[in-house]
Amino acid sequence: MDTRDKESLVNTRRGLLKCMAWAGTGIVWSVVGGVPKGVPISMGLGGTALAATSAFTFVQISDSHIGFKADANPDPNATLQAALDKAVALKPAMMIHTGDVTHLSKPEQFDTADQIIKGAKLDTHFVPGEHDVIGDDGKMYFERFGGKGAAAGGWYSFDQGGVHFVALMNVIGFGPATGATLGKDQLEWLEKDLKGKSASTPIVVLAHIPLWSIYPQWGWVTADADQAFAHLKRFGSVTVLNGHIHQVVQKVEGKVTFQTAMSTAFPQPAAGTAPSPGPMKVPADKLKSVLGIREIAFAPAAAPKLTDQILG
Amino acid sequence: MHAIKRRALPLAAAAMLLLGIGAYAGAAAPDTVTIANFAFSPTPLTVAPGTKVTWNNKDEEPHTVTSADGGHTFKSPALDTDDKFSFTFNKAGTYKYFCSIHRQMVGTIIVK
Repeated sequence: MDTRDKESLVNTRRGLLKCMAWAGTGIVWSVVGGVPKGVPISMGLGGTALAATSAFTFVQISDSHIGFKADANPDPNATLQAALDKAVALKPAMMIHTGDVTHLSKPEQFDTADQIIKGAKLDTHFVPGEHDVIGDDGKMYFERFGGKGAAAGGWYSFDQGGVHFVALMNVIGFGPATGATLGKDQLEWLEKDLKGKSASTPIVVLAHIPLWSIYPQWGWVTADADQAFAHLKRFGSVTVLNGHIHQVVQKVEGKVTFQTAMSTAFPQPAAGTAPSPGPMKVPADKLKSVLGIREIAFAPAAAPKLTDQILG
Repeated sequence: MHAIKRRALPLAAAAMLLLGIGAYAGAAAPDTVTIANFAFSPTPLTVAPGTKVTWNNKDEEPHTVTSADGGHTFKSPALDTDDKFSFTFNKAGTYKYFCSIHRQMVGTIIVK
């Protein structure tokens, strides 16, 4: 896609989404009191201008897959670093990582990821991906990246910038299933966690696997997510940030906005367009155009703005 | 199931050692399950008691081979590209398994 194509694409919403899905264009999310809006900051709309008018800004990175070494990206450490450089430049209040920090849950992969991410010196909150809990149900992951005050199952919540964050866990399962599950214990916890919150509190829900049905055939679904949204429906602004599928897919349903994120490591095919959701190879000089980060900016009494930004 | 596990695990370990010295045939062997495009093939696979079944991951994505009882009967580590895992089925029965990373991936071994 040449520059001219990009310019014409971003002039329409459909064009923008198409560009995000296929060219991996970033979106900066800014959450300004209600409905998030996607703005592609890599295309002339500067992230700094957005941040300046927003009360609270944070960054989402996802799917860094440290330890991956196949052709789709021989150096995920470097692309994670590039993502963090972009994130730091936005001067966010904090950062979230929506899982698949590592590729194979190996100690050296956790250590490398930890070192690279700590180098950014950003307060970072994590949720695990299924690649982070292989073989030990997440023991090594939780030792390094577990949330402060997390429940035994790994889920937790925190408040920052007037926003209530709920970090959910949907990547451990003890039997075959179509997609992810949250489970009874976590759903009960969520109900209690939200109980005292005013309906005007903006809510951001973090989870690795999408909390809506994108493509169950590839496991891109959380089977019992509806029960979570039963507890969330009274809130005026709910923003759901997921990872897992290595591309931006968005859905708005009432007051709930769902959005998946680009990976910092490698892209995956759009739902159903390949025999499997395995890593998608692109020419090396195009790789950074299909990887990215997201900025989310909240301002009082306005819609949140979410902006994705490609790495290069 | 735990009794099976105690008997079978040393055998599985021995089977894996044998693999290393080339005692095992290729992907076409009737006791091999290939993992490709996020699927186990063939499934179901029917084998005689005492058969050592080997799974071979041909995807660029890691997978696991985990018995559907939560991994009590057999449980592989993460299998990266071209990694193999073997387990010897000594007792007749139907063994369902899945990939704990991609839980929609399921397979069955029938031992009779």
